[in-house]
Amino acid sequence: MDKTINQKAWFLVLPVFLVVAFSAILPLMTVVNYSMQDTFGNNQFFWNGVGWFKELLDPSTDLGGRFLASLGRNLLFSAIILAIEVPLGIVVALSMPRDGWSVAACLVILALPLLIPWNVVGTIWQIFGRPDIGLLGYTLNSLGINYNYVSNEFDAWATVIVMDVWHWTSLVALLCYAGLKSIPDAYYQAAQIDGASRWAVFTAIQLPKMNRVLLIAVLLRFMDSFMIYTEPFVVTGGGPGNSTTFVSIELVKIALGQFDLGKAAALSLVYNLIILIVCWVFYTVMTNAGAERPVKQGAE
Amino acid sequence: MARIDLVDLAHSYGGNDAAPESFALKPVTMTWRQGGAYALLGPSGCGKTTLLNLISGIVTPSRGQILFDGADITPLSTQKRNIAQVFQFPVIYDTMTVGQNLAFPLKNRGVPKAEIDARVKQIANLLDLTPHLDRKATRLTADAKQKISLGRGLVRSDVAAILFDEPLTVIDPELKWQLRSKLKALHRDLDLTMIYVTHDQTEALTFADTVVVMHDGRVVQSGTPAELFDKPAHTFVGYFIGSPGMNIVPAEVTGREARISGHPIALNRSYDSLPPGAKIEVGVRPEFVDVAAPAPGLLSANIERIDDLGRVRFARVRIGDAKFAARVPPGFSVSGETAGLVFNPSHVHVYADSRLVEGTA
Repeated sequence: MDKTINQKAWFLVLPVFLVVAFSAILPLMTVVNYSMQDTFGNNQFFWNGVGWFKELLDPSTDLGGRFLASLGRNLLFSAIILAIEVPLGIVVALSMPRDGWSVAACLVILALPLLIPWNVVGTIWQIFGRPDIGLLGYTLNSLGINYNYVSNEFDAWATVIVMDVWHWTSLVALLCYAGLKSIPDAYYQAAQIDGASRWAVFTAIQLPKMNRVLLIAVLLRFMDSFMIYTEPFVVTGGGPGNSTTFVSIELVKIALGQFDLGKAAALSLVYNLIILIVCWVFYTVMTNAGAERPVKQGAE
Repeated sequence: MARIDLVDLAHSYGGNDAAPESFALKPVTMTWRQGGAYALLGPSGCGKTTLLNLISGIVTPSRGQILFDGADITPLSTQKRNIAQVFQFPVIYDTMTVGQNLAFPLKNRGVPKAEIDARVKQIANLLDLTPHLDRKATRLTADAKQKISLGRGLVRSDVAAILFDEPLTVIDPELKWQLRSKLKALHRDLDLTMIYVTHDQTEALTFADTVVVMHDGRVVQSGTPAELFDKPAHTFVGYFIGSPGMNIVPAEVTGREARISGHPIALNRSYDSLPPGAKIEVGVRPEFVDVAAPAPGLLSANIERIDDLGRVRFARVRIGDAKFAARVPPGFSVSGETAGLVFNPSHVHVYADSRLVEGTA
C-alpha cells in the first residue's frame, strides 16, 4: 500500500505541542535552570553548577541530611501502608457480596472515603485525634492510653498511617473486587469439583487472576503515598520535630519557607527522577506479566 | 463408575413455586447405564446445561432425585459426588505447571505423594501431555488446556462420571476431530460414564451411543443416532437432527392415507385412532423423498433452488406455502419449475401435536 505524504498533518499536532510546551517543558526547564543557581533574593542569581545535587546526596550536609532523612521516612511510610492496605483491600474485596442489592450499597460505602478531598481528610483526623475534643483522642486517653499525636512520634506516625489506610484501602478493595468479578464462574465450579479448600481457591485462582489489578493497586498506592503532602501536613505539620516530615513537606519548607529556590529545584528534580524510575520499573514488570499470556485468550 | 438414575428431576431458577411452564428443566425420569457415552443435544436455552449442573451438583434441583448406583446423592456437595467436569472454556490454574494442575484434585484430597506422581504420569501419558508436564499451563494451546481439564477429572481413580459442557467450543476445527477421537478412545479404554452437552449434532452423533435430545426444558427423545434419524419421536428432533432437517407439513390422515394439500400419500401403517382436535402433521426426511418429472398421481411442487452438497443434491421446493426439501436422484436433471415428489412410505411418519404417533400394521 502506498502511503500518502501529507505534511499538513503537523498542523493538527501543533496545538498539542504548544500546550505541552507551556504546561510541562517550559516549567521543567525553569526548574532545571534554578537547580543550577543560588539566589539571595532580590532576583539575583549566581551560578552553582551541580553543587546542590552533590549536597543533596551527601548526608553530612544540611540539605543532604534533611533530604535523605525525609526520603527514608517516606519509603518507610510507603512500605507500611502498602503492607497494610494491600492485604486489607484483598480481604475486603473477598468478603464483599457477589451480587444482589448489597453490592451497590458496599460500593457506595467503599467509595465514600475516596471522594473526600485530601485536606478535608486531614482536618477530619486532626480533630478526631485531638485528646481534648476529638472522639478518638479523648476515648483513648480516658481508657488510660496516653495518646497525643502532637507530642509523641509514635502516635503521630500511627495517626498518619491509620488515616491513609482509612482513606485509600477502598481503592485497593475496589480494584481487587473488579479483578474478582472478572473470574468466570467455571473456575469456582472446577475448583469445587477438584475438592479445593477455600485457601486453595484463593491461592490457585483468585490471587493469580488478581495479580494484574494488584500490580496497578500497588503502583497507584506507592506513587500516591510517596508523594503524600496534604494529609500529614494538616494533621501533624511534619512534627513532632521532623518525625513526620516527608519529602514533599521538606520540599515546600525549603522552597517556600526558606525561599532557597536552587536547593528546592534540585530536590524536586531528584524527587521527580525517583518517581519516574519507579514508574518505569512497574511498567516493565506489568508489560512482562502480560507478555507471559498467550495471544489468544478465548472469550473469557 | 456408576449407573445414573434421574427420578422425576426438575429445576427452576425461580424456586419451586414458579409456574411449571417456566421450569428450566421440566420433570424427567431416565436411567443412564454405567460405561455409556451420552450426549445431551439441544439448542441454547433448552436446559441441557442445567441438567448437567444438576448432576455435577453445581445446582441443587428444585424437585426429584439423582441416584448414583442406587444411592441418593441429591443432597451431596459437588466434592462428595466424585464426578469430573470439563467446561466450555478451559479452566486451568494459571500459576501451576501442567503436572501440578493434574495433581491438584489429588493433593486436595490428601493422597500420598508417591501415588499422586504415579497417577499424574499415567494420565499425562494417556492424554499425550507427558512432554509438557513441567511447563506452565498458561502457555499451552486451547486444546491442550482442555486436555488438562479432562486430565484433572481422569486423575481421580474413583470418578463416577465425566461431564462435558460443550468442551470443543474454543478448539480449532481440525483439532476438534483429534480431541473427539481421543475422547472416544478414552471412553472405550476406561469404561467411564461420559455425559456430553452440545448443540452441535455432528459432535453428539459421533460421540455418543445414546443421544438425549432436549427442547424447551424437556427431554423429547433419547435414543441411538440411528433411531433419532429414522424415527424422530418429536417434530423438533426431526427438524433439529439431519441436514437439511426433516420436512414437516400439515396433513389430514385417515387410515393408511395422508393428504397433503389434498393430494393423497400412501402410508405404511394405519392410523385410525388419532387424537381428535390435535394438530396433525406428516414428517419425512428429505433423504426419503425423490424429485421426479411431474406426472399425474405425484404430488407436484414448485422448485425454488437446488443445493448441491457434492455427494448428494437436495431440491428446495414449495408445496403451496410449505417449504420442503427432497433428494434429487443421481442422473436426474431438473427441468422446468415444477416437479413431482415420490415418497418412500416406510419413512413417512405421522405426528399429532408434534409427537410421533405409532400406527398399527
